[in-house]
Amino acid sequence: MDAKREDLLQLYYYLKLTRRLEDRVTSLYHQGKILGGAWTSNGTEAVSVGFGYALEKNDIAAPYFRDMGVFLIRGITAKRIMAQYFGKKTGVTGGKEGNVHIGDLNFGVIGFPSHLADNYPVGTGAALAFKIRGEKRIAVACTGDGGTSRGDFHEGMNFAAVRKLPIVFICNNNQYAYSTPLQLQMSIKNIAERALAYGMSSKIVDGNNVIEVYMAAKEAYEIARNGGGPTFIECKTMRMHGHSEHDSAKYVPRELLDEWKKKDPILNMEKYLLENNISQKAELESIDSRVKKEIEEAEAFAEQSPYPEPEDGMKGLYATPIAEE
Amino acid sequence: MREITYLEAIKEALDEELARDPSVFILGEDVGIYGGAFRVTEGFYEKYGEWRILDTPLSESGFTGAAIGAALVGMRPVVEMQFADFISCAFDQLVNVAAKNHYRWGGATPIVVRAPYGGNIHGGAFHSQCIEGFFFNVAGLKIVAPSTAYDAKGLLKAAIRDNDPVIYCEHKYLYRRIKDSIPEEDYVVPIGKARIALEGNDVSIITYGAMVHTALEAAQALNEKGISCEIIDLRTILPLDKKSIFTTVKKTNKVVVLHEQTKTGGVGAEVSSLITEYCFDYLDGPIIRIAAQDTPVPYSAQMEEAFIPQVKDVLSAVEKLIRY
Repeated sequence: MDAKREDLLQLYYYLKLTRRLEDRVTSLYHQGKILGGAWTSNGTEAVSVGFGYALEKNDIAAPYFRDMGVFLIRGITAKRIMAQYFGKKTGVTGGKEGNVHIGDLNFGVIGFPSHLADNYPVGTGAALAFKIRGEKRIAVACTGDGGTSRGDFHEGMNFAAVRKLPIVFICNNNQYAYSTPLQLQMSIKNIAERALAYGMSSKIVDGNNVIEVYMAAKEAYEIARNGGGPTFIECKTMRMHGHSEHDSAKYVPRELLDEWKKKDPILNMEKYLLENNISQKAELESIDSRVKKEIEEAEAFAEQSPYPEPEDGMKGLYATPIAEE
Repeated sequence: MREITYLEAIKEALDEELARDPSVFILGEDVGIYGGAFRVTEGFYEKYGEWRILDTPLSESGFTGAAIGAALVGMRPVVEMQFADFISCAFDQLVNVAAKNHYRWGGATPIVVRAPYGGNIHGGAFHSQCIEGFFFNVAGLKIVAPSTAYDAKGLLKAAIRDNDPVIYCEHKYLYRRIKDSIPEEDYVVPIGKARIALEGNDVSIITYGAMVHTALEAAQALNEKGISCEIIDLRTILPLDKKSIFTTVKKTNKVVVLHEQTKTGGVGAEVSSLITEYCFDYLDGPIIRIAAQDTPVPYSAQMEEAFIPQVKDVLSAVEKLIRY
């Protein structure tokens, strides 16, 4: 199975869009224009872009907080995302939530709770619904390396495996959970080993190679869609920024970052596209200009959008409000 | 009209909703082939099949999370906690995911969590707890606790049809001890509405769950002494039916709040606060709380009886209030 040229160019576009959006968010955060924190996927964009792009329209994603690519690919616009960071009324959640706490079922995206791996059982439940109803849809759930230590990771994986549910579990193994390195998180070498305990197939991929992530996800989705049960995909990558933008990450050895910098997923992809004559410099530059323009427009939109009213915070607690007599 | 038990009422509500709506399904430990620890789902597996009556791994957080995910994509799952005590293992999914989905990002989460709760069954600390207090402080959840077979059926149906997460507290002590006449036709009991279990004039007893029956017994004895009690059965704990609470306070001016949950920071504390805050001028005496003692539930019958509020506790509280 080979990826088509148009798919490869789309993957490149989304890598760029994710990087530029989050880079801009980082700058705005340092300028004090963004409330709260700013968590980015810098250096690991190929993971969310790869598994997000492999989804079909009616599939469901239950992402985690370094999955910006998924939001964009599913159709949640950069404008709405930027407005979300600004706490504006036009943001994805109308200001109820900030930054990467994005969910919108109109685009098949389940909201992300900060409690890592909570979306493993939740994604499993979406897959269970598809199975009960006999629909050819799949779910994908993602967490980081740290999240795989939590009970919900194991409970979700086990339930999905026992019932052979149409779900694929992604792990963005970016080496650090906040400041905690892998060797203090687990005593195994590969997180994929955890899947073995549930009788689940697993795959380890280069998380800085978007084509590899995309192809592995696509293959696992097809297995799940056709009744073959869940797969666990460990994407090995490296978080190049701090846990969030307030964190200088001085606990990460400089040499490690230098080494991974050479494997940057966007440079990787550019090189691949040019060396294999799939695209030319001019074409890639025009994609990048399109991306730059989109981010500028998104920022302008967010800046100009109104803030929510204080009383909006009293609305929407219940989907079925208690009826007044 | 037919007479059925509290447990049969729960079973009927589930059966009728499963038959009515294909998006309803049940999941939990031992609910399928075995029919549930209390036999509530007995026969359902044969009737509805293994994909609508799902035996799950022993994994409360996992299957509660799965119920949430299924609900987000259009199902109406009913989770059975084998004993309400085990709901603590699913605390995070209920409190951080189910309760906040709709407010945070618009994800309606229509799940029902059946929680067989309460003591008086010599179950000890891990099979007797009242769990409503754990969740009472969580905005976004709804909590109901029927005290009659009629309400058990009607509230469960309402909970299943509701688009929010509902914790349905079913009292184990009542399962086979009480009966009601139930109409043949479909009915629901609306969430958020208390009922007057007994009309009276001198003192209001505000309560819910199995304690409604304790209150009724006490009221009967008090009636013989010429004291008329009004009993309010809250039925919905979250959100509280403030209007019904305030109406009875304004009528009798004397209030006892009674529950089986432990006292400190419990539902009764909130009810008392609401009354002092909004009905202070109507009070002719202090609000008296009667609740379980602030310890884990003890096993030995003698100690458990002392732990759970008894009729005599209600009698002495009411008699004290009457003297004001």
